[in-house]
Amino acid sequence: MDVKFESWKEIIKDENIAFKKTKVLTDNILSYCPGCGHGVVHRLVAETIEEMEIQDQTIGIAPVGCAVLAYDFFDLDMQQAAHGRAPALATAIKRLYPEKFVFTYQGDGDLAAIGGNETIHACNRGENITIIFINNGIYGMTGGQMAPTTLEGMVTSTSPYGRDPKLMGYPLRITELIAMLPGTYYVTRQAVYKPAYVRKAKKAIRKAFENQKLNKGVSFVEIVSNCNSGWKMTPVEANKWLEENMLKTFPLGDIKVDGELVKEL
Amino acid sequence: MTEEIIIAGFGGQGVQSMGKILATSGMKQGLNVSWFPSYGPEMRGGTSNVTVILSDERISSPVLNEYDTAIVLNQPSIDKFENSIKPGGILIYDPHGITRHPQRNDIEIYQVEAANKASEAGNMRIFNMIVLGGYLKIKSIVSLDFIEEGLKESLPERHHHLIPANLNAIKIGQEIIKKIN
Amino acid sequence: MSEIRLMMGNEAIAEAAIRAGCDGYFGYPITPQSEVLEYLMAEKPYERTGMVVLQAESELAAVNMLYGGGAAGKRVMTTSSSPGISLMQEAISYMAGAEIPCLIANVVRGGPGLGTIQPSQSDYFQATKGGGHGDYCLFVLAPSSVQEMADFVKLGFEMAFKYRNPVMILSDGVIGQVMEKVELIDPIPRRTQEEIIKECPWATTGKTPDRERNIITSLDLDPIRQEKHVMNLKEKFEKMKEDVMWENIQTDDAEYLIVAYGSSARISQKTIDLARNEGIKVGLFRPITLYPFPEKELERLSKQVKGILSVEMSLGQLIEDVRLAVHDRVPVEHYGRVGGSVHTPFQVLEALKEKIVNKY
Repeated sequence: MDVKFESWKEIIKDENIAFKKTKVLTDNILSYCPGCGHGVVHRLVAETIEEMEIQDQTIGIAPVGCAVLAYDFFDLDMQQAAHGRAPALATAIKRLYPEKFVFTYQGDGDLAAIGGNETIHACNRGENITIIFINNGIYGMTGGQMAPTTLEGMVTSTSPYGRDPKLMGYPLRITELIAMLPGTYYVTRQAVYKPAYVRKAKKAIRKAFENQKLNKGVSFVEIVSNCNSGWKMTPVEANKWLEENMLKTFPLGDIKVDGELVKEL
Repeated sequence: MTEEIIIAGFGGQGVQSMGKILATSGMKQGLNVSWFPSYGPEMRGGTSNVTVILSDERISSPVLNEYDTAIVLNQPSIDKFENSIKPGGILIYDPHGITRHPQRNDIEIYQVEAANKASEAGNMRIFNMIVLGGYLKIKSIVSLDFIEEGLKESLPERHHHLIPANLNAIKIGQEIIKKIN
Repeated sequence: MSEIRLMMGNEAIAEAAIRAGCDGYFGYPITPQSEVLEYLMAEKPYERTGMVVLQAESELAAVNMLYGGGAAGKRVMTTSSSPGISLMQEAISYMAGAEIPCLIANVVRGGPGLGTIQPSQSDYFQATKGGGHGDYCLFVLAPSSVQEMADFVKLGFEMAFKYRNPVMILSDGVIGQVMEKVELIDPIPRRTQEEIIKECPWATTGKTPDRERNIITSLDLDPIRQEKHVMNLKEKFEKMKEDVMWENIQTDDAEYLIVAYGSSARISQKTIDLARNEGIKVGLFRPITLYPFPEKELERLSKQVKGILSVEMSLGQLIEDVRLAVHDRVPVEHYGRVGGSVHTPFQVLEALKEKIVNKY
């Protein structure tokens, strides 16, 4: 683009602002691949915290995974956790500071594989926390290996001939699993690949944070996302593939609302 | 004064609690005390033992290889600890169910027929207190007043109504203990 | 007011936690230390002081709860025994890297593997040389009595926050299970939120407008910055030497020396009495902090003795620090039972004669 920086300066004026970044995100440049859903979800979480005016009361936890550097992007007090252990950290923080808002931001390998036990037990104890779960069916950070949520037949670097359930197990629908636990209060599956879905996901995230005021248990928001790098597709192809494949195994919608299952499992 | 004691028997005979009451009472009387149990699965049904030390000095090792007194309440314990008693020391045992009796002649050997007495009284749970009574008769290191205090502290409040029966059992033990060598 | 009670080491550490203003205990059952969690659950400290007690789903979860709570400036602790402590090493390394204060007690049992539930001292290397991955040290306290099990909780928290580092109480099955007289301190109130923010300005207590966000992490992908961070940690580990602790017992006229910590020091104390009855002038040097190791005092003592017996229930781990401290100026030999067997005072005496007195 042949535009000089100086001319941009003239445009950036209060009266011209049509969209403003939330102040709960820092000015650091996101480390996520172009086309990845992480950036959108970061924005939704940050906006929610800004709108609820709880920036000074929120502690976030991001464990190992693509979002390991989430603390560079959220203008919040943040803890970086060992792989899979975020729900354990969140448990302690919330129990020691019951009045604060505590959330974890985890990927599928982290939450459903190495941290499966911490996830299940934090949910089963009904910890009063918010879990944001990004499911893109692959290990993105380490370069595209098979995840517990990898679809049947899906090719990854560690399932080069496609995931064979006989050898590698089935895609794990951990969200349905934890919805069955009495300790979960709100369980939903959302997506961010279409503007309408982004708005819905935002509402779900808001509800998941608001629920912490009720002290009734875990609020769990799964976001079915893409990994165009790991899936080896363009962002547009990846979103199309997500819609045509991921949503069959991981259908969108609320699973449990206000402590009641709203979907047959 | 330092008294080093091993108490051993089957799990369920009240070996650990006897030691605990003795240690608690000793502490109440102002002594330094140490109570070190055998622990783990062997407690359940197998042989259980506890080392109790009472002293008016700082206690060094809670783990010992020889003892002033051995209170041994089953055959395996007699076999195991008879030779760990210091010369001139004391062995107290209940002859009930014992086929190989202690042999040493450089120690004092006492019998306390606590199992029979407890059975006569229809209350096997006072067995260990009868034995403790016998021991206190031979070595009056801790006075009965402090034993009562020790019982109060060792027993949960809901069992405090059992304290008179326990004190009575101690008296029985004091009466029936007899030297056999 | 202070109170005198007959308690097990494991009970004493639990009661001391409540009285030391501990904010949270997170644990998982394992013999021989399950009494800690049992005592706390029965005692309901959440009613006494507001202290949180939680039985975690694993040692892994328990120690990561320490990560979360410690990073938020709270006084948090856990206890476990050898196999459980092995499982915790990942998070301990993370906490050392992220400079998170916390207190961990290991009531050691015999290994390797599932080993045995009986007492041992075979986790010395693991405790004093880091234990997990990366360059780091823990501040390690070795209690040799029930009294010290209680006292080291308060001291441990002080050291953890002074150095922003995990502190380990390295105990064993003897000290955990033995009952002794213990004088308990008057309860110290838990810190208020304002006090926590003042003491721990680095903690994740919520980003207020008056400061930048607080980030707790052990990660830095830039090797130059990470190197600087590790060098800063090293400085801290060096500084810990100011808080070194030890005890000398009958060393003034000693011609021979036993070096032992924890329960082995108690057992060896009896050995010294037995030896002196036979005319052998032997003293006991007891390191109380195992990291920092009291090397200067041991070096000083080594100049007056003809030989040193390092006594521990392991194949010989403490002995390496002893040798480093005395620079091979005098002969140093090891004695110790392993695998859950506990040496007796007499066995230590026999070893002392055979390996040291009869030779040097």
